[in-house]
Amino acid sequence: MSIVTEKKDSTTDIINGFHKLKFGEAKESRERAIGNFSRLGLPTDRSEEYRFTPITKSLVNNFSWSTELTGSTINSIDEFRIPGLDANILVLINGIYSAKLSNIVSPETQVKITRLSEAFQSDKEVLVQFFDKLVNSEADAFAAMNTAFWTDGLLIHIPANTKVVKPLLVLHINDASASQVISHTRLLVSLESGSEVTILEKFDSIGNQSVFHTFSEEFVIKENAQLEYCKIQNDHGKSYQVANTLMHQSTGSKVNTFTLTLDGQLVRNNFGITIDGESCESHFYGLYLMNKNTLADNHTVVDHRKPNSFSNEMYKGIIDDSAKGVFNGKIFVRPYAQKTNAFQSNRNILISESAKVNTKPQLEIWADDVKCSHGCTTGQLDEEAVFYLQSRGISYKTAKAMLLYAFAAEVLEPIKNETVKNFLDQLISQRLHKDF
Amino acid sequence: MLRIKNLQAKVAEKQILNGIDLKVTAGEVHAIMGPNGSGKSTLASVLSGREDYEVTGGEIDFQGKNLLDLSPEDRAREGIFMAFQYPVEIPGVSTINFMKTSLNQIREYRGLPTLDAVSFLTLMKEKMKLVEIDQSLLSRALNQGFSGGEKKRNEIFQMAMLEPKLAILDETDSGLDIDALRIVANGVNMLRSKNNAIIVVTHYQRLLDYIVPDFVHVLYKGKIVKSGTKELALELEAKGYDWIKNEVAVA
Repeated sequence: MSIVTEKKDSTTDIINGFHKLKFGEAKESRERAIGNFSRLGLPTDRSEEYRFTPITKSLVNNFSWSTELTGSTINSIDEFRIPGLDANILVLINGIYSAKLSNIVSPETQVKITRLSEAFQSDKEVLVQFFDKLVNSEADAFAAMNTAFWTDGLLIHIPANTKVVKPLLVLHINDASASQVISHTRLLVSLESGSEVTILEKFDSIGNQSVFHTFSEEFVIKENAQLEYCKIQNDHGKSYQVANTLMHQSTGSKVNTFTLTLDGQLVRNNFGITIDGESCESHFYGLYLMNKNTLADNHTVVDHRKPNSFSNEMYKGIIDDSAKGVFNGKIFVRPYAQKTNAFQSNRNILISESAKVNTKPQLEIWADDVKCSHGCTTGQLDEEAVFYLQSRGISYKTAKAMLLYAFAAEVLEPIKNETVKNFLDQLISQRLHKDF
Repeated sequence: MLRIKNLQAKVAEKQILNGIDLKVTAGEVHAIMGPNGSGKSTLASVLSGREDYEVTGGEIDFQGKNLLDLSPEDRAREGIFMAFQYPVEIPGVSTINFMKTSLNQIREYRGLPTLDAVSFLTLMKEKMKLVEIDQSLLSRALNQGFSGGEKKRNEIFQMAMLEPKLAILDETDSGLDIDALRIVANGVNMLRSKNNAIIVVTHYQRLLDYIVPDFVHVLYKGKIVKSGTKELALELEAKGYDWIKNEVAVA
């Protein structure tokens, strides 16, 4: 059977699956989304946005589109936590929130956390205002799939002028010990004006079967609010993941994001931020260290709509074995957004002969008084630098590890929480065999 | 300490060294001079073990070991130090961390215990004075954004830290103003002892006013065509290289 027929069959299977399900909440948006999905279909190799990431092929080869939830026997989350981090722990297993394994330590005056399904009863006003407003189900098949199928998620609300002292750690765990897992989860985070929060998300799987996880999240960041956000993707080799992370920024707000991808068979991150206010400052950092035959694809969109804001994006990759990295970075500066400063860079090091990177910066600037720059580089390890270190008695292996680590560690610098930073540093060090 | 016999080497299919003979004994300073393209830097590169240079004949004995059998790092661990003409910039690696790794890998090779943080810092502070280098410079990424003079001083600082038996200074004077030259030369002179040797590769006599050599060799077309004492350098300064070229042509 050709891939085209298989793709068509899978799309049909997915749509049929939808009609068998009975959803309690968000019916309208689900119906709309499945309509979009059936119009879009799973992306083909000719879909511009998925040209370098053969996700549909992977999905039709590895999954049957059953809509049944897979059970889990996980009863401890110790191995998935960040050691030493005093945080609110929010656990989603196979797409369902576990109140038992979660632990909310911050008082409700600082942060209100509600299961999304319940929020449709209790916080209807907030949802009407923000839910599914940023995720674009009309343009992306996986965003549509997620909006149609989401099983659970969280509404996180931070009141005005409040600082959430302890970070929030969202653990996405998929247990594929018994059978394949397909899960679709969501997050809606609303930061009222002047509020501050650190949100971390960590993705893990156990078991030997395949996992397909779509994940959509919306962040509404009001005036002068501050968000520190970190995504840690260190999943196992049979995990396929599509994340749609959308943010909306108002005047005077600050956003720092860090996306670390270390593992997972195929990871696609769609990240989009609308900078819809003046005097905003935003930093987007990313690091992907891929090996074996894994693939990490970061598609980012930074949309400057108002004047006088600053954004800086830096994604770096180290690709080994037959792994592949994809980066696509769009920056829009709208006509009204004068005095925008927007910078972007994507740098890659290929370690092996068969490692690959596809990188594409796309800048569209309609304003005339702006400072924008972009640059992308892909190369091998600097042999001159390796030789220099060797000439001082440092072994080839150590020299290589030192240089790769130095290259990678730069993106960790802006992370403020020391425990998190040390944890990430350790993950990177292990991956790069740093032993000096 | 070092004995080079009939050394021949090529780079990118081009024969550069055509039979070099040189003997260096502990306590000596040798200057290698010569016009551009005579093979001076190639000789330095071959000694330090740079991969692009292929040795096509001859031998190099360093303290009883065949140098050509050793990897670049093992040469350094055996006591060879190369001060580069163009030290590379390495973002993200501070000189301090780099030196700690370097020193400890060398010590490990020699069967010595690694230095703890305190002893390392004490040693570092002592050597910093020698080359008048500031600690803030050493905390920064290696050579990144350093001026020409700072880079060369950093090379000599590293040399002071590693206390090599044989140091090779490859065009260390290039790009230095007179003050930087004096500081670098002072550092080198303080490291001179009866137990170590130095090879100074240079185009000009200028550096040799400060680092006074015991022997001067003139390299031309990949061979040492003339050897003498420091007076030879002065003669070259006064007369240029042409008379040497003519001598070679006549012979």
